[in-house]
Amino acid sequence: MNAGTALDTSALVQPHQVHRDIYTSPAVFELERQRLWARSWLFAGHDSQLPQPGDYITTELNGQPLVMLKREDGGIALLHNRCAHKGAPLVTAPSGHAGRFLRCAYHGWSYRLDGSLLGVPLKTGYDDTAFGSCPAQGGLTPYGEVAVHRGFVFARQHSTGLSFENSMGELLQALDLLADRSPQGRLQVAGGVLRTRFRANWKIYLENVNDAFHPVTTHASVTQSAQAVWGTPPAGTPVPLPMQQLLPFASGYAFFEQMGARLLPHGHSVLGTQTSLHSSYSALGDHAQALQAAHGSARAQAVLAFAPQNVVFYPSMALKGAPQVMRVLRPQAADDTVLEAWAFQPEGAPAALLHSALLYNRQVFSPLSMVAHDDLHLFEGMQRSLAGDGNPWVSLHRGALAAADAPPPRDVSGIDEAVLRNQYHAWAQAMARP
Amino acid sequence: MRPPGRPKGEFRSAQHEGTPVSSVDYGFAADGATGPPPSSPPTTAELLAFIAHEACCLDEQRWSDWAALFAPDGWYWLPADSTHTDPLAQASHLYDDALLRRVKLQRLQSAQAHSQQPAGRCHHLLQLGQMRLHDAAGNRYELRTPFSYSELRAGRTTTLPGVAWHRLRVQDGALRIVLKRVDLLHAAEPLPAVEFYI
Repeated sequence: MNAGTALDTSALVQPHQVHRDIYTSPAVFELERQRLWARSWLFAGHDSQLPQPGDYITTELNGQPLVMLKREDGGIALLHNRCAHKGAPLVTAPSGHAGRFLRCAYHGWSYRLDGSLLGVPLKTGYDDTAFGSCPAQGGLTPYGEVAVHRGFVFARQHSTGLSFENSMGELLQALDLLADRSPQGRLQVAGGVLRTRFRANWKIYLENVNDAFHPVTTHASVTQSAQAVWGTPPAGTPVPLPMQQLLPFASGYAFFEQMGARLLPHGHSVLGTQTSLHSSYSALGDHAQALQAAHGSARAQAVLAFAPQNVVFYPSMALKGAPQVMRVLRPQAADDTVLEAWAFQPEGAPAALLHSALLYNRQVFSPLSMVAHDDLHLFEGMQRSLAGDGNPWVSLHRGALAAADAPPPRDVSGIDEAVLRNQYHAWAQAMARP
Repeated sequence: MRPPGRPKGEFRSAQHEGTPVSSVDYGFAADGATGPPPSSPPTTAELLAFIAHEACCLDEQRWSDWAALFAPDGWYWLPADSTHTDPLAQASHLYDDALLRRVKLQRLQSAQAHSQQPAGRCHHLLQLGQMRLHDAAGNRYELRTPFSYSELRAGRTTTLPGVAWHRLRVQDGALRIVLKRVDLLHAAEPLPAVEFYI
C-alpha cells in the first residue's frame, strides 16, 4: 500500500479507447472500490426476501459482509455484519428470521432490528470504564443510505453525489415496467440464484451485457447447433420454450444493429430499445388478460412490450423485462468476479412466467450453460492476454464519429460502442474524484 | 429462503413421479413404465455395470453412445441446490430433455466451440453405488452413486464431488435412464464453467 501517493487513473481512459490496466491492475481495483463502488447506488436485495419484521438475508456489497433486515417499522436496515464488541458476524445463514433482536453468538451482545445496541451481559463489569462513550455504543454500523423502489433495495456507502432518484433517472421506469408484469404490481424473488465465479475483471463482463456486436461470432457454436437440431419442421409446428430462447441468438448483424440502444447518464444504458432477442416469445397463459384487467389496456400493452435485451444499472446490476431475470456482479479482485442470476415471479401472474425466467437463467447464465461457456472462455482468455505486453489499449471506436461523444441521454444503434464509451466516461469521472 | 428439504437420502422429484408439478408441457409423456415388465429383470450387478458404463461413455466422449442410454422421455437434471425438488419452479444448472441434450452434445463437437480449443477432458471417479429401489413388477430401478468429477480444460482442473441418482427402466430390451439427477456438494456455491455432463 502506497497511501502517500494516490494512484492517477486519468490517463487510462481516453475518449475512444481504454488502457488495459483498468482490467488488470490490483491497485486500480482497490481504488475502484473506494471511488466508484462505495459512491454508487448498488443493488442490495429485494424486499420480497424479507416478508416479516425480523427476517434477514446476509449479503456482500463492495467486498463487505452485510446483513439486510426488515425492521419493526417495516423499513429496511442494511448493516455491517460485525458485532460492535469484537467483530463477530451477527448472523451467518444465507437467510433466516432473527425474531425481535439479534444476539451475537460470541459473548451475547444483543441489538434491536435497527442495529442499535440493546444489551450486554453482566453490564456492571463496565462500571467506571469509558465503555459508555466508546464507538460500540453506536451498535451495528449502517452500510450507508438505503433507497427502495418497487421492492428493489439499493444502497450507497458514501453520501456523495446525486440522490437515488437523480442517479437512476429513466432506469426507475424499467423497474416500474418489470414490477407491473404482476397484476398486483409486486415481484417475488423466487426459485433460487445461480452463481458463477470467473477469472476476469467485472468490467469485461458488464461491457458484454450490452455488447450486441458479439453474439454473431461468440455464440456461433450454440446457434448453429440449435438450428441443426431443430431443423426445419413443418410450418405451424409449435416451437418449445427452450428453442424460442436459443434460436434468436442466431440473428445477424442487421438485427443487432436495428435493436437500438439508449445511453443514460452515470454509465447506465438500455440495449434493445426497438427490438431484442426476447421480443418474439409467445404469450404465457392468461398473463395479458390479467394485466389488462389490473392495469388497463394501455399500461398492459406497455408492460408486455417491455422486452429490452438488457438494462444496465451501472456498475452492479443488469436486468431484463421478459423473462424477469436479473444479473448481479460481485467483484472479488481485479481478475476474480462472482456473478449471480436471479429470477422473479410476478405476483398474481401465471407460474409459467417464473418457469420461463428460470429456464432462461439455466440456458444462458448457468456455469453449465453452453451460452455462458462461449462468453466465459473469452473473458478469462482476455484477462490473461491483456496482462501480456502486447498493445496496451482496448479499442472502443465503433461509431465514434466525433472527437468526443455527445452527452447522454441519447439513442444509438445496437452495435455502437458508444454504450461502452458511456460506461468508461462515468468510470473516469468517478475515479477522478478524490 | 430455502424450500423444505428433501428427506435425506431420498430420491424425490414430483415431476418424475408421474404427478405434474406444473402446467408447462414440454411435450413428453409422464414418467411410467412403457410396455410390459421384462420377463427377466436386471440383476443388481447389471444395474451397477450400467452406471459404470454411463460414466465411461462420458469420460471417453462417446456422445452418441451416451445419448442412447436415455429413454426418449428421459431427463438430465443438475439442481442449483441439493434441497430442490421442483425442476421448473426452482433454479437448476441444467434440466435437459432429449432435445437440449442433442444441442449440447452437438455444440461440444462443433468446430465453432472455441471454449473447446484445446478440447477438454473429464473424469468420473465413482464409488460403488447402492440400490435404492428394485421394483421388477413396476419396471423401476433407482441407484445412488457418490462420485468425484474432474474436468480439465485449457490447463485448469475443476474437481467437484457429488452424488448421482439414476432412475432406470427396461425399455425395448435394454436399461434406459428415465432421470439422472446430479447433486453437487457445491451446487449452491459460485461455480466455474463446467462444460460436460457430469
